[in-house]
Amino acid sequence: MGILEVKGINKRFGGLQALGDVNLSVEENTVHAIIGPNGAGKSTLLNVLVGKLIPDSGSVMFDGQSVLGRKPHEINQMGISRVFQTPEIFTDLTVFENVMIPCFAKRDGAFRMHAVESIFAEKGIRAQAEEMLADVNMLEKRDMVTSSLSRGDKRRLEMAMCLVQDPKLLLLDEPTAGMARADTENTIALLKEIRAKRGITMAIIEHDMNVVFSLAERITVLAQGTPLVEDTPENIKGHPKVREAYLGEAQV
Amino acid sequence: MLGLEKKDFRLLLIVIGLTLFAPIILNPFPAGSEMAQFNAGYPDLMQRFVIFGIFAIGFNILFGLTGYLSFGHAAFLGVGSYSAVWMFKLLSMNVLPAIVLSVIIAGLFSFVIGYISLRRSGIYFSILTLAFAQMSFALAYSVLTPITGGETGLQLALDDPRILGAAQTASGNIPVPALFGLEMRASYEMTVGAWAFTFNVGYYLAALILVLSFYMAIRIFRSPFGLMLRAIKSNQTRMSYTGLNSRPYTLAAFVISGMYAGLAGGLMASMDPLAGAERMQWTASGEVVLMTILGGAGTLIGPVLGAGMIKYFENIFSKINSQVLHEWFGFLPDGLENFVVTIIYPFVGKGWHLTLGIVFMLVVIFLPGGLVQGGQKIAAALKRKKTDDANPGASKPAE
Repeated sequence: MGILEVKGINKRFGGLQALGDVNLSVEENTVHAIIGPNGAGKSTLLNVLVGKLIPDSGSVMFDGQSVLGRKPHEINQMGISRVFQTPEIFTDLTVFENVMIPCFAKRDGAFRMHAVESIFAEKGIRAQAEEMLADVNMLEKRDMVTSSLSRGDKRRLEMAMCLVQDPKLLLLDEPTAGMARADTENTIALLKEIRAKRGITMAIIEHDMNVVFSLAERITVLAQGTPLVEDTPENIKGHPKVREAYLGEAQV
Repeated sequence: MLGLEKKDFRLLLIVIGLTLFAPIILNPFPAGSEMAQFNAGYPDLMQRFVIFGIFAIGFNILFGLTGYLSFGHAAFLGVGSYSAVWMFKLLSMNVLPAIVLSVIIAGLFSFVIGYISLRRSGIYFSILTLAFAQMSFALAYSVLTPITGGETGLQLALDDPRILGAAQTASGNIPVPALFGLEMRASYEMTVGAWAFTFNVGYYLAALILVLSFYMAIRIFRSPFGLMLRAIKSNQTRMSYTGLNSRPYTLAAFVISGMYAGLAGGLMASMDPLAGAERMQWTASGEVVLMTILGGAGTLIGPVLGAGMIKYFENIFSKINSQVLHEWFGFLPDGLENFVVTIIYPFVGKGWHLTLGIVFMLVVIFLPGGLVQGGQKIAAALKRKKTDDANPGASKPAE
């Protein structure tokens, strides 16, 4: 029984069957990649997992509870954090404030009226945020406004904001999309480091085969909204069905 | 100090100092001199400065922090005024229960309007608040005449069924609002040489409440709640994927700013016990938006500065008529005098809006951070100059 169990998900957009009978099981403490050609339904599946889309049928269980019908913030409170294709961070706020916000969300829940307490007096939260920033080597940038950060630093910060909540599952939506070679390598290194240090469960949606094969421990291949195979990276590489549907065109 | 950081505490002290000595600071010209018309230190105007300051501080908590632009905040101010006047009519002429009730009623009213309006964001939110405010105005103006006094507004009468206190004074007049016997209109005049200063009870009550409101605003700005509101302005997507529900945060900010508006309305009625529907009109809502942006949205002191500036323009600049202009430029040859007066005249007196509009445009274009940003730029320039003076040649490359 995995930490995330997706069973028989169907989703139609008008005449298009975006997801057809998708089953997926993400085991605890693994890095699970979901790959597939364009239009395979990867993003739709991700949006179902985070509560942005509601499927027509099927069930999504996380840690023994259904996530369907819950709002994104409720799903995050259950322990799923998400990293976006283009980093979603709080621009106009400082790096340090950016990391403090998820700390408050973790401690106080979705809404709490701390209207007169000073943020300067929140010793526990500040220490937690500082530790996290030190962990991703961004402590010296703590007082910078995030809009002036480089793209790589933005990605790093977003990752820190997710990790500081100590999620049970980290969802990554094409974390290297549109990145230069060097940035991609950095991101892979960062993810490997996080994986080694924290042993966190990750689900990655990715296009870049290099990223997938250097990180994933399990791979699910989606094609036309249906899972084709699920296996280890070694077996996926040589799988004839996968070659036919996907890898053949990419010449890996 | 008082749970504030050093910098914020200094700002609070500045505000306390300014409000305390406002009757002196605002009257820099000797009474009876030609410049005396620029003196703003008379009770009526000073009261307006601080009351609109409170209104703008509250508005800034919503607009400055969350970025939700409400175009209907005057409705809460109007509701506050009506509540206060009804309290005078029914309970007592003491301003304290009147102000408390106006804050509570405005809070409830803003909860209902906020709950509905906050289902949308951006321009749709603004339009919804505007629609609600105009509905409130229309209701107050006609449908609810028995409660609001309709066109003439709600006034005290000689036969008000006041529970605590008499309906009439011994001399048969309507009693005036007071704080435990201290009448709001009571003033102490002080003459120093050619200068005349007026210290008014109503002003000092309003100023005390402004200082308290300002202090509360600083606490909110620097609290985890304030940080969440800034996060909402910055990125709502990240907000919800961080496990935070932005709806109750925005609603809380909306209600708090509505209560500030109600407080301002209650104070307004306490200074002069009448309330009219025009206080709820959209122009009044727009005015507080202008004040906040002019002073600097999202800054602590900005809204107060903006409110002061607009009220100064409205009351002082508007008094300059063509006769005054002719006096000023009387030293010029006749033809030139008339020419200069003709050029300047549209911008002063009744045309004060024109000048205000130009100032507003200049501020928005060159100082998007408002007057506060202007102040910061000047301070930075002075600082640079000082360091240059201290070690000349430091900025030049070494030879």
